Amino acid sequence: MRSSPRTPWALRLAAWFGLAFLYVPILLVGVYAFNTEESAFTFPPKGFTTRWFSAALERGDVLDALWLSAQVAAGATLAAVLLGTLAALALARREFRGKDIIAMSFILPIALPGIVTGIALHSAFRLADISPGFWTIAMGHTTFCIVVVYNNVVARLRRLPPSLVEAAMDLGADQFRAFRSVVLPQLGTALLAGAILAFGLSFDEIIVTTFTAGHERTLPIWLLNQLGRPRDVPVTNVVALGVMALTALPILASFWLTRSSHDVGGSGK
Amino acid sequence: MQHRPPLARIAAGLYRRHQLALWLLLGPPMLWLGVVYLGSLLSMVWQSAYGFDDFSMQVVPELTLANYRALLDGSNLDIVLRTLGMAVAVTLGCAALAFPIAYYIARHTSGTLKSALYASVMLPMWVSYIVKAYAWTLILAQGGLVYWASDALGLRGALEALLELPVIGGSSLSTSNLGRWFVFVYVWLPYMILPVYAAIERVPENLLQASADLGARPAQTFRSVILPLTFPGVAAGSIFTFSLTLGDYIIPQLIGPSGYYVGTMVNTLHGSVGNLPMAAAFTVVPIVIIGLYLALARRFGAFDAL
Amino acid sequence: MSAAIELQDVTRSFGAVDAVSGVSFAVADGEFFSMLGPSGSGKTTCLRLIAGFDLPTRGHILLSGADASSLPPYERDVNTVFQDYALFPHLSVLENVAYGLRMRGVAAADRAKRSEAALEQVALGGMGGRRPSQLSGGQRQRVALARALVNQPRVLLLDEPLGALDLKLREQMQVELKSLQRQLGITFVYVTHDQSEALSMSDRVAVFNRGRIEQVAPPRVLYAAPRTVFVAGFVGTANIVTAERAKRWTGRDRPVAIRPEHIRVGAPPGDQPSTSGTLVDVLFQGPVSRLAVDTEVGTLSVSVGSHAGDGPSTELGATLQLYWPREAMVELEPTEPV
Repeated sequence: MRSSPRTPWALRLAAWFGLAFLYVPILLVGVYAFNTEESAFTFPPKGFTTRWFSAALERGDVLDALWLSAQVAAGATLAAVLLGTLAALALARREFRGKDIIAMSFILPIALPGIVTGIALHSAFRLADISPGFWTIAMGHTTFCIVVVYNNVVARLRRLPPSLVEAAMDLGADQFRAFRSVVLPQLGTALLAGAILAFGLSFDEIIVTTFTAGHERTLPIWLLNQLGRPRDVPVTNVVALGVMALTALPILASFWLTRSSHDVGGSGK
Repeated sequence: MQHRPPLARIAAGLYRRHQLALWLLLGPPMLWLGVVYLGSLLSMVWQSAYGFDDFSMQVVPELTLANYRALLDGSNLDIVLRTLGMAVAVTLGCAALAFPIAYYIARHTSGTLKSALYASVMLPMWVSYIVKAYAWTLILAQGGLVYWASDALGLRGALEALLELPVIGGSSLSTSNLGRWFVFVYVWLPYMILPVYAAIERVPENLLQASADLGARPAQTFRSVILPLTFPGVAAGSIFTFSLTLGDYIIPQLIGPSGYYVGTMVNTLHGSVGNLPMAAAFTVVPIVIIGLYLALARRFGAFDAL
Repeated sequence: MSAAIELQDVTRSFGAVDAVSGVSFAVADGEFFSMLGPSGSGKTTCLRLIAGFDLPTRGHILLSGADASSLPPYERDVNTVFQDYALFPHLSVLENVAYGLRMRGVAAADRAKRSEAALEQVALGGMGGRRPSQLSGGQRQRVALARALVNQPRVLLLDEPLGALDLKLREQMQVELKSLQRQLGITFVYVTHDQSEALSMSDRVAVFNRGRIEQVAPPRVLYAAPRTVFVAGFVGTANIVTAERAKRWTGRDRPVAIRPEHIRVGAPPGDQPSTSGTLVDVLFQGPVSRLAVDTEVGTLSVSVGSHAGDGPSTELGATLQLYWPREAMVELEPTEPV
């Protein structure tokens, strides 16, 4: 439970400094949300108040953006769970020609920068004469959410002994019943974790969204627009804190759900 | 067992036909990826070869290589190089900062502290990107945290001197490349820490013991055993830091001196100018660069460390 | 009455490799039939083909006379006890046992009753509420058994079920399995690589080697009259004398096997086949000792009682005379070139 006593102090210092570096900005946003000042980025904060919270909740544009983000995230998550699970079931244990290429192509939406996905989707919608709106945003989000669900499900599937499914079939269950009664319960937390991750990812997404949205504003886009409005800073701070909680808490939950199986290497975005 | 409900009949039929079952499973997701994603990429590349009439601000749907030729122009090339330079600098910065953190957590902590620290590294990754960028605008602003801290510590003079330096300096912290570099390193740091951490964890303890047994001092073991074995992890992390910086357009907008990056250029071309073909052409640049980088990183074993 | 199981010229190929090649045999109703062989010999593949987890590339598999070659496992009246037990971790022990009944649509109350009875049968009565993770290896093995038996299958397949248990537990389970089989009268097909296990439990044994069956016979016949060099060496120990060297005694051009316990030390009293050699090793094994004697026909392994007294000289390097009854030489099929 303790760090090893023979740790060189320079290493310890560097490590803790790095960790602090990671958290200072985040904590700052939290602090600022309670600041009394109108120009609420001066340091140190001048006072403590919660009035900006109620102010934020009264803002129509904030609530609209929140609602849109939630809807898009829900839709994208649902689609991603379906498609990602199917893909994971197909690729978890089978070997076939071209498997490598297919597995790689699943990673592309996340490997290539968001701007590529954004412009690509935008140009495709232009070509197909689809006007941007809720569906285009959701389609964009689904595309990279699939990977997140896929990763989680595939990792869990690979740890499932194949003899379990064989035993189920041996005892009279066909493939569908075996999936429902044996595989799905085992996948449970991994699926949930993947879904939560996808939801958080979609909720936070801004780059692809700016290219696939018309005049719609999700919460991150709203935040981006706010950056040119110094007078609105207090409300912006509150919303920023809110977004932080709304994305970070589910992610924490997802991590906790899969803690026993945590594949330390590949859990990144 | 002779009566079979229809679903069971389908299941039994599928049991023999492995290929069919495979494609039924793989079909929908592949269809989506193929049509929506790959299709979009192709349509983008296709449209990058369209022309653009500067006078009418309209896209001209005729194939031409003008856009790509324009990419090689001085100012456009500058944009690419500028972005590339920052990407490299950010990668180096992240690697330098990530390694001590990852090493400390992996080798010098255990049990609950270790999992807690690991989670605490993961968490910022998922805190909203735009919130983090926003937070830094507050931190680097005049009157914000950094200026306050430098005044309190009497380092204001040093800060000013730093800002006088060419290339990395600027008129203020939030309009300097230094500031921009800080924000980039901050935002991508967890992406570097995780693969490096995983790589360090994967070095078997008995290798380090063998090295010590054969007479190597800790520093030598670090240089000759740990560093080479964990390099693939660094390479893997660098894929993220490199490609994420290459394509970013929000942070350069918020922090740093004027001057386009690939991302901001694409954004402007797409948004205000409406020159989608040129924007697409510019977007192909990071794709190519990242493709090359991936091939390079693969050589260094990054794919095994992902 | 048709056999419970019949394999007709079954082959299962994986690319260029034949895991099972041209295998044919029949298992009678109520028989305890073992498939014995080293790892990779094809015995487990054969079991999986019978169960339906794998489909044959060529040939037919008949269950009670009907062709089941392309039926999925859930349509075969066969149940399997897996090597790793394959208990469902998210279900309780009772729910595990009841799974097959549930799939067949048996009512809940009836399911519970029958499952409880099955658990009693394997001496795990009352453990229904536990989870598999709370049980020991031996207990899990019994749950796997109960889960298969509660469905009253025609055939029970067991895939090296005792492999993970320690020696004493294994021997105890062997006795229990054998008596269970006699009690229930179900056909057992048992896969193992342990020849003593196969010999002690089975009515008949099929010896597998490299995807083919070398011999199918009751245990005593396998031991006393092995057909090939492989069977002679795999089932018990045997001294294999090559064809040219054995010719002087048999007059035939076939290799022979001689069991170590049939070789006597000393001057042959009559005109039995004999030879002499140097004692190079003595292995004390409790009731018997194994002598290794270098002779002109190779190193022979001789089994002698360990009692002291007027036994043969067991000094290393001593010259010993050996003889054996003519009938002790079992003629084997000519060794095929590898």
